[in-house]
Amino acid sequence: MTNATPPRDHDDSAALAERIRQAGADGTPLRIVGGDTRYFYGREVVANVLTTHEHCGISFYDPIELVVSVRAGTPLAELEATLAAQGQMLPFEPPRYGMASTVGGMVATGLSGPRRPWAGSVRDFVLGTRVINHEGIEQRFGGEVMKNVAGYDLSRLMVGAQGTLGLISEVSFKVLPQPGAIHSLHLELPLDEAQRRLAEWGREPLPISAATWLEGALHLRLEGGPSSVAATRARIGGDDLDNDFWNALRDQRLNFFTAGSLPLWRLSLPHRAPSLELAGIDEREMIHDWAGAQRWLRADLDAEIVCRAAKAAGGHATCYGPRPDAVEPFTPLPEVLLKYHRNLKAQLDPKGIFNPGRLYAAF
Amino acid sequence: MNILYDERLDGPAPALDRATIRDSLAKAIPDMLLLHREEDMRPFECDGLSVYRTLPLLVALPDSLDQVQRLLVECHRLGVPVVTRGAGTGLSAGALPLTHGVLLVMSRFSRILEIDPEARIARVEPGVRNLAISEAASPYGLYYAPDPSSQIACSIGGNVAENAGGVHCLKYGLTVHNVIKVEVITIEGEHMTLGSDALDAPGFDLLALFNGSEGMLGVVTEITVKLLPKPEVAKVLMASFDDVEKAGNAVGAIIEAGIIPGGLEMMDKLAIIAAEDFIGAGYPVDAEAILLCELDGVEADVDDDCETVRRVLEKAGATGIKQARDDAERARFWAGRKNAFPAVGRMSPDYYCMDGTIPRRELARVLKGISDLSERYGLKVANVFHAGDGNMHPLILFDANREGELAVAEALGGEILELCVEVGGTITGEHGVGREKINQMCAQFRPDELATFRAAKAAFDPSDLLNPGKNIPTPARCSEFRTIKSAANDTVSSALRGDVE
Repeated sequence: MTNATPPRDHDDSAALAERIRQAGADGTPLRIVGGDTRYFYGREVVANVLTTHEHCGISFYDPIELVVSVRAGTPLAELEATLAAQGQMLPFEPPRYGMASTVGGMVATGLSGPRRPWAGSVRDFVLGTRVINHEGIEQRFGGEVMKNVAGYDLSRLMVGAQGTLGLISEVSFKVLPQPGAIHSLHLELPLDEAQRRLAEWGREPLPISAATWLEGALHLRLEGGPSSVAATRARIGGDDLDNDFWNALRDQRLNFFTAGSLPLWRLSLPHRAPSLELAGIDEREMIHDWAGAQRWLRADLDAEIVCRAAKAAGGHATCYGPRPDAVEPFTPLPEVLLKYHRNLKAQLDPKGIFNPGRLYAAF
Repeated sequence: MNILYDERLDGPAPALDRATIRDSLAKAIPDMLLLHREEDMRPFECDGLSVYRTLPLLVALPDSLDQVQRLLVECHRLGVPVVTRGAGTGLSAGALPLTHGVLLVMSRFSRILEIDPEARIARVEPGVRNLAISEAASPYGLYYAPDPSSQIACSIGGNVAENAGGVHCLKYGLTVHNVIKVEVITIEGEHMTLGSDALDAPGFDLLALFNGSEGMLGVVTEITVKLLPKPEVAKVLMASFDDVEKAGNAVGAIIEAGIIPGGLEMMDKLAIIAAEDFIGAGYPVDAEAILLCELDGVEADVDDDCETVRRVLEKAGATGIKQARDDAERARFWAGRKNAFPAVGRMSPDYYCMDGTIPRRELARVLKGISDLSERYGLKVANVFHAGDGNMHPLILFDANREGELAVAEALGGEILELCVEVGGTITGEHGVGREKINQMCAQFRPDELATFRAAKAAFDPSDLLNPGKNIPTPARCSEFRTIKSAANDTVSSALRGDVE
C-alpha cells in the first residue's frame, strides 16, 4: 500500500464501557458500528450509534504461537497485512466490503470466504473474546491458547450474533501459515458434471481449497506443498486462472454481484443438495461456491418461497438486498429455537440495548 | 474443599425420596429400564476420574427418544436433577452422579444411523464410540478426525459434552470444529436442532455453545459429524533432547518454518522411562525429553516436510532423530505416547492427570514451576504434553491408600492449574471442568464473568436441573475458595510434615 499512515493503536474500552453503562442505565438502545460496511447484512437498527472506530490496534501477535489478538475497530486490511508480513493468514478468507471493514464487524457477522469448506469458518478460528456486557463491564472468555474448555464457549457464541449479546471489544484468533504453493484452474464443464467430479475429488486427500462453478466453468484453487499442487494440476487439467479471481469472488466484485438491481440471495445448503424447487430459476444462472454448499441467486422472488425452498433442501436463505422493508433478511427460526434465542438475549442483554432487532424482530 | 456436592457451597439440594421418585418415573415411563438397587447402581458411581464417587438416586437407561423426552419432562415436573452420562470415560468428574439426582445413561443409543460418503458426513447416536465412527467410514477412505486417547471406549455424545480433543487438534481441530449438527432435547422436553447439514445455520451459534457445555444446557440425542479423507501417508519423526527447554524451542521452530504437523507431542524423562518400560516403543531412556512429530498428507509434500523438520530439529539441538521406517514402527512410536497414562500408572498406585493449556513460549517456565511444586509437595510428576497446541498433561504420582496423600495430590494439581492461568493459559484444554476443577474456575474467572456463564445457563435451564454443581462454581464456593486458600495450604503443609514423620 502506498502512503500508508501508521496503524492506529488505542485502547478505547473504558470509554466504550462507559457509553454502554450509561445506555443501560437510561435504557437507550445502541447501534454498534465498526466500518459500517456490512450494514446491509441484517435488519435496520434505529438507535444511537456506538462506534468502535477508536478502539483499535493489534494488542498481541506471536507468529510462533499462531495467535493474534486484535481490538474490534482495527481495519481488517491492517490485520491481514500484518499477518501476511509474517507469511500467515486468516484461513477463513473473510469478505472485505471495503477498506473500512473492521475486525469487529468481521466477527460479529461471522462471514467466511471461498476457503471455508476446507479450512473452517470465522468461529472455528476464534480462541477468545473480550466482550463489554450490558452493565458496561468488559469480560474475557476463552483466551490466547489453542485449547480451552473452561466454562461455556461464549466466545464462539458471539460470532455471527451481530453484537446483539454484547459489544465484542477484542478477539483472539488462531492463524495459520500461508500455503507453500497456489495454483488456480478454469475448467469448462456443465454444472452436473462439475458436481459429480467435486463429489469424487472430495473423498480424496487432494489439495483443493476453493471450488466455484459459474458461467459454464468450474473454478478451482489448489493450495498445499509445491509437489502436491503440481501433481494435482497435472491430473485435473484445465486452463490456468488468475489467483485474483478468488479475491473478486470473496469481496463480491464479480459482475454477478455488482451489475443488475435484482435482490441478491445467499443460499447455504448441504453439499449435495439438489436443484432448488424455484419456479423460473435456472440453476446455471447462479454461482455455486463452496463446492455447491453456498449458492448465490439474483431473483425477484417472494422471500417466503426462497426460504421454503432452501429449507426443503436442508439449508437456509439470506437476503443481501436490495430488500423491501417487509422482507426479512434471515430465514425465520423454528418456534423452540426462537424461544431459546429470546431467553439468551433476555439473560445477556436484559434491557435490550445491544442492536435490538438486528437479526430478528423478536429480539 | 470437598469435591463432592456440598449444599452449603453448591446450593440447596431438593429432599427427594428414592422410592417416591422411582414410582413416579416408573408410572410415567413404564417401559424404561430404571435401576434403583445399590448393587445395580454401583458401576455408575463414578466416571474416568474414579477417586470421586457418589451413588445416584436412580439410574435411567432409556433406549428411545420418547423415553428420554418423557424422563426429562417428568424430572422437570418433579424438580429432580439430571446428570447425563455417556461412556463414563471423562476425566473431570463431569458425569459424577448426585445423591439427589437421576443419572441418565445414554449408552444404549449406540447406532450409526448413516454414513454418507458423498456428503462426507456421519449421523450417529450419542452412545456410539468415537473410534467406531472412523471404522465405519474407513471403507470409503474417510475418517473422523478428533481422537482422544480414550477413543476406543469414549462415546461421541461425551465428546460433544466435553468438546474433546486428542493428539491431532492443532491441524484438525477439536470436537466443536468437526460436529455440524446436533439434535437436542431440553429439560422441558422440547426437541431442537442446532447447526445443520449445510455449513451454517441462521441465528446464534448455539451449536458452538453446546459443545463443551458438560450436559448442562440440554441432552444431545443425535450428532452429525464431518468426515475427512484419510491422509495419503503419515510419517513420524522422533527427536531426543538433553534439555526440555531445547525441545520446547524446537516446537516453535517447526511452526516458524510454516509447518503444521498432524501431531506434535512431547514427553519428559519420567514419562519416557515409564512408556519404554511398559510398551518398549524404542524411546531413548537417557533423553531428558522427546518430541514426536507426525506429518501427514500427500506423500510428496510429506517427504518435503520431513526434510524441513529434520533440519529444524538438528538446528534446535536434537541429540538424536529417528524417522519411523514403516507403519509398524510408526504405530510403535505412537503406542508409547498413547499408553503414557497407564504406563505411568504402573509406576505408582495412583496417578492424577492435569489438563492445563499454556502459551507454548511459557513451557520452560511452567515445567520448572511444576518441578519446584513437585519437590515442595513430595510427589513425583511425569509430563506428557500436546506440544503443538500447548495442552499439558502433568501426571501426579500418589498413593490414595496413604492417609492424606490424595489431598496433597489435589493441592499440587490445583497449584499447577493456577500456574497455567498465571502464564496466560487455562485450567482445562480438553478434559472439562466437571467437578474436578470447579474451585480453579474461581482462579480463572472473575465473579462477574462467572455470573455471565450462569446467565447463559439460565436461558436453557432456569431451574438448574441439568448437571447442577458442575463447570460453573457458585459465588459462595468462590468466596470460600479465596478465603480458605491460605488455610488449605497450611493443611497441606501439615500433611506433608505428617508424611515425613
